[in-house]
Amino acid sequence: MRPEIAPTLRAEGLAVSYGDRSIITDLDLVVPPGKISVIVGANASGKSTLLRSLARLLSPAAGQVCLDGESIHAMPTRELARMVGLLPQSPVAPEGMTVIDLVGRGRAPHQSWWRQWSHSDEETVRHALELTSMLDLAERPVDELSGGQRQRAWIAMALAQDTDILLLDEPTTFLDMAHQIEVLDLVMDLNRTRGRTVMMVLHDLNQACRYADHIVAMKSGRIVAQGPPADLLTAELVDEVFDVRCCVVTDPVSGTPLVIPIGRHHEPRNVARHPFPIH
Amino acid sequence: MDQTVRSATTGIRPATRPLVLLLATFLLAGLCVASLAIGSKTIPFGEVFSVLIDPRGGETEAIVRGLRLPRTLLGLFAGVALGLSGALIQGVTRNPLADPGILGVSAGAGFAVSLAVLAFGLSSFYSYVWFAFAGAAIASVVVYALGGFGRGGATPVKLALAGVAMLALLTSLTSGVLLLDPNALYVYRSWAVGSLTGQDTAIVAQMVPFLLTGTALALSVAPALNSLALGDDVASALGRRIGLIRLGGVVAVTLLAGTVSAVVGPIVFIGLVIPHVARAITGPDYRWILPYTMVLAPCLVLAADILGRVVARPGEIGVGVITAFLGAPFFIALIRRRRLAEL
Amino acid sequence: MALLELTRQPGRIAVRLGPTSAVIRPRMLAVCLGLAVASALAFAVELSFGDYPIPLLDVVRALFGVGDRATLFVIEELRLPRALVGLLVGCAFGVSGALFQTLTRNPLASPDMIGLSSGSATAVVAAMVLGFGAGLGTQALGLFGGIATAVLIYGLAWKGGTTGYRIVLVGIGISWMCTSLTSYLLVKADMWEAQQVLRWIIGSLNGADWVHVTPLAWAVLVLGIAVLLLSRWLRLLQLGTDVATALGVPVRFAQPALIVTAAALVSFATAATGPIVFVALTAPQIAQRLTGCAWPPLVASGLTGSFLVLGSDLIAQRVIPGTLLPIGVVTGAFGGLFLLWLLTRANRVGSGG
Repeated sequence: MRPEIAPTLRAEGLAVSYGDRSIITDLDLVVPPGKISVIVGANASGKSTLLRSLARLLSPAAGQVCLDGESIHAMPTRELARMVGLLPQSPVAPEGMTVIDLVGRGRAPHQSWWRQWSHSDEETVRHALELTSMLDLAERPVDELSGGQRQRAWIAMALAQDTDILLLDEPTTFLDMAHQIEVLDLVMDLNRTRGRTVMMVLHDLNQACRYADHIVAMKSGRIVAQGPPADLLTAELVDEVFDVRCCVVTDPVSGTPLVIPIGRHHEPRNVARHPFPIH
Repeated sequence: MDQTVRSATTGIRPATRPLVLLLATFLLAGLCVASLAIGSKTIPFGEVFSVLIDPRGGETEAIVRGLRLPRTLLGLFAGVALGLSGALIQGVTRNPLADPGILGVSAGAGFAVSLAVLAFGLSSFYSYVWFAFAGAAIASVVVYALGGFGRGGATPVKLALAGVAMLALLTSLTSGVLLLDPNALYVYRSWAVGSLTGQDTAIVAQMVPFLLTGTALALSVAPALNSLALGDDVASALGRRIGLIRLGGVVAVTLLAGTVSAVVGPIVFIGLVIPHVARAITGPDYRWILPYTMVLAPCLVLAADILGRVVARPGEIGVGVITAFLGAPFFIALIRRRRLAEL
Repeated sequence: MALLELTRQPGRIAVRLGPTSAVIRPRMLAVCLGLAVASALAFAVELSFGDYPIPLLDVVRALFGVGDRATLFVIEELRLPRALVGLLVGCAFGVSGALFQTLTRNPLASPDMIGLSSGSATAVVAAMVLGFGAGLGTQALGLFGGIATAVLIYGLAWKGGTTGYRIVLVGIGISWMCTSLTSYLLVKADMWEAQQVLRWIIGSLNGADWVHVTPLAWAVLVLGIAVLLLSRWLRLLQLGTDVATALGVPVRFAQPALIVTAAALVSFATAATGPIVFVALTAPQIAQRLTGCAWPPLVASGLTGSFLVLGSDLIAQRVIPGTLLPIGVVTGAFGGLFLLWLLTRANRVGSGG
C-alpha cells in the first residue's frame, strides 16, 4: 500500500555546472507531491539539467536535492530507485533486445538474487505493457519498432519501476500527434488514479498548459515563474521566457490557456494591440 | 535541447576551421622541406631547393633526389592515404575502433606476401608488391560481401565483425605460413616493419593513380557520411543510397590503404587515431574531418620520421615507435579536453 | 498455491519456490550445456592425445588416480596442467571480453583492442629485455602490467564521470603506446631474447605447468564470483548510464569495479600464457550468436572461450606433426572462421548482426 502522503522531492540552493560552465545557479524548487508539474523554457535554459539533477544523474556544484528531507546523494541508490524513476531523453537499447526484456529490467530495484521474477514483477510488467498498449509487441526487438512504439516501450519500462515520483525528459519527442496525446493521457491517468507525482520536461507549451497542475518556467538556469497554468500564462511571460510575441486565449476544449505565437508575417486581427483577455 | 550548446563546444569555432586548416597545411609544407634537409647529413634549405630545381649530379643530389625525396613523398602519401581511409572506415562502420586494418586490408596484403614467397619463392619487392595489393583488395571485397550477407545488408556492426573475423583468420594464417617457411619470414619481416626507407621514386610514382582515384572517391562520399552518421533511417530519409555509400567508402579504403600497406607495410594507429584528432578539432562534419585528416596524418608521419632520424644519430628509430610517443599523449590530452562528438 | 511453480513465457521460464524466484532461459541453458560438454570433450581429448596416446577411458580413470604409473605421470604432470591452463585461460578471456563489450557497448572493444593485453605484454617484455624484476616472474609482471594499464585508462578517461566511448578512445591511445614500446624493446633485445619474447607474444600453452595452474584457478574462481555478483548491474548498464542510475545502479562504483574485474581476469590469463589473440574478441560474439541474446552472455562467453582455446590447442598440436605450433596461431583462424560462419547465417531477427 502506498502511504497517504506522497514523498516530496525538493531542490535547495541548487547549482549545477558542466566543467566550468555554470548551467543552473541557486535554484529552489519543491516538486508538488501528487501533482503533474511541467518544466518549460527555451532551448538550453537548463530544463533537462534540472530534471537530471533531481534524479541524481548530475551532482550539484552547490546546494542539494532532498527526498522527504534526506539528501538523495546520501541515500542508497537502490532505495531511491524504488521511489524516484526517470526516463532520460532518447535512451538507446542494445540491438536485438526485446520489449519485454527491456520493460522487465525496470523491475531491477525490486529484485534480488533470490527474487529474480516474482508474481508482482510479472503483474507490474504486464500492467505497464497494457497501459502503454505494447502487449502485442512484447516479443519484438526494440530497435525494430517505430519511433513512437520505441518511446512507449521505454515509458513502459519506467512504469514497471513502479515509483511514487516519475521524472520524464521530453516523453513526447518522436511521437506523432495521436501518440503524444496518448502518452500524456497515460501520464494523467497515472497521476489521477494512482496518485503518482510526475515531473516532466515538455516542449509544447500548450500541452504543458493542458496537462500540468503546476508549471515551472525556466530561463538561463533560473526559475522565472511557477504556478498553476491558468494563473501563470500571460503573453508577457511567454515573451520573457521564449522571446516570442503571442496571444493567450482559452483552449475551447480543456479551458486551459492556449498560446498562439504571432511571428513576423501575421498580426492578430481585431486584437491588434491587446492580447486576448485572459479568463 | 542541448544541441546548440553541444555543437558550440565540440571542436573549434566554425569560422576558424579554414584558417586552422591553412596553418596545418603550412606546417605540412614545412615538414616536407625539413624532411628533405634533415638527416645524418644536414643540407641547407637553399641547396635543397637548387638541387630539386636544377639537377646537376653530385653527392647532395644523390641524397636529396635519390633517398630523401622518395622517402618524403612516401611519408606524405602514406599519411594522406591512411588518415583518409581511417576516417572513411570509421564513418562507414560508425565505430570509433575501426581502422583500415579492420577491413582486413593490411592482413590481406601480409598474407598475400607470405603466400607469394612460400608458393613462388618471390623475393624482389617489385614482384610481391602486386601480390600485396591484390591480397588487400580481395580481403576487403570478401569482408564487404560477408558483412552484407543477410538481413539489412552491410550494417555497421556486421561489417565491423566480418572485418575482425577476417583479420583474425588472415593474421593466423600468415603466422602459420611464416612458421613453416623461414624464407617467407625473412621477406615478410622486411615488409612488415612499416618503413619509409629503401623505396625509389619509380615505386612512389606507381602509387599515384591509385591514391588519386581513392582520394577523389573518398572526398566524394564525405557529405554522404554526414547523413550516414545520423543513422541508416535518417540517411535514407535524406535521400542517400546507403549501400552505394558504404560500397564507395570500402572501395576508397581498399585503394588508399591497400596501396600504402602494399608498399610500406602495415602502419597501424595513424588511420585509427588521426580521424579522432580531426573530429575533436572540427566537430562531427565529415566535409571538414576528411581534409583535416589529409593534412594532419602526413604531418605526424613526417614529423615522426624526421625526429627518428635526429634523436638517435647516426642510427634511426622506426616511424612507428616515434608516432606513438609523439601522437598518443597528444591524442589522450585532446580527448580529455574536448567534449566528444560521438560517431 | 503450489510450492514450486513454473511460468512459461516465450524464451524463458520463471521458477518460483515460496518467496524466491528465478528465471531460466531454455536456449541459454541448452547452449551452455552444449558448450560445457564440448569443452569437457576437448579437455579429455587433449589429455589423451600426444606422443604417448592414452585411451579416453584410461584418461578418465587416471583423473581419479587409478592407472599405471607411467599413465598417471603423463596425465598428471605433463598434460593436465596444460589442459587446465587452456580451460581457465579461455574462460578468463571469454568472460573479460564479454564484460568489456557490454560495458562499452561496442562489439570490437575487447581487452586486445583497448590496450590491456598490450599493457600486460609490455610489462613482461620490458622485464625480459631490460632484465629487471626477474624474481617476480612473468605471472606477477603481466598481472601488474594489465591492472596498471586498466587503472591508467580509467583514470585518464575519467572527467567527472566517464562513458564507454571515452574509455575506448583512451584505450586506443594507451594500446598504441604499449605496442610501440614493445616493438622498440624487441629491436633493442638480442636475437635470443627477441625469439623468447615473440613466442610469448603470440601466446602459447607449451610451457604450462602446475605453477601456472594454481594462481590462475584461484583468480578465475574469485573473479568469476565477483563477475556473477556484479552481473546484475551489468545488465542494467547495458541500457546506458542514465537509465542504469535511474534503476538504482551505483554507476560510479559499478563501472570501475567491473572494469577492474575484467582487467584482472585478462591480466592473470595473459600472465600465464601470453596474449592469445582474438579469443577475447571472438568468443563473446560467438556466444551471443549461439544463444540468440542481444548482448554477450557471460557464462556462455567463458565456456566458448574455453572451447576455443582447447580446440585450437588440439589443432595446433596436430596440424603439423612434429612441431608445436603456438596456439595463438590457430585461435585466430578457428575463432575467425567460426564467427564468419555465424555471420553468414545470421539473418535471424534479434541476432544483432
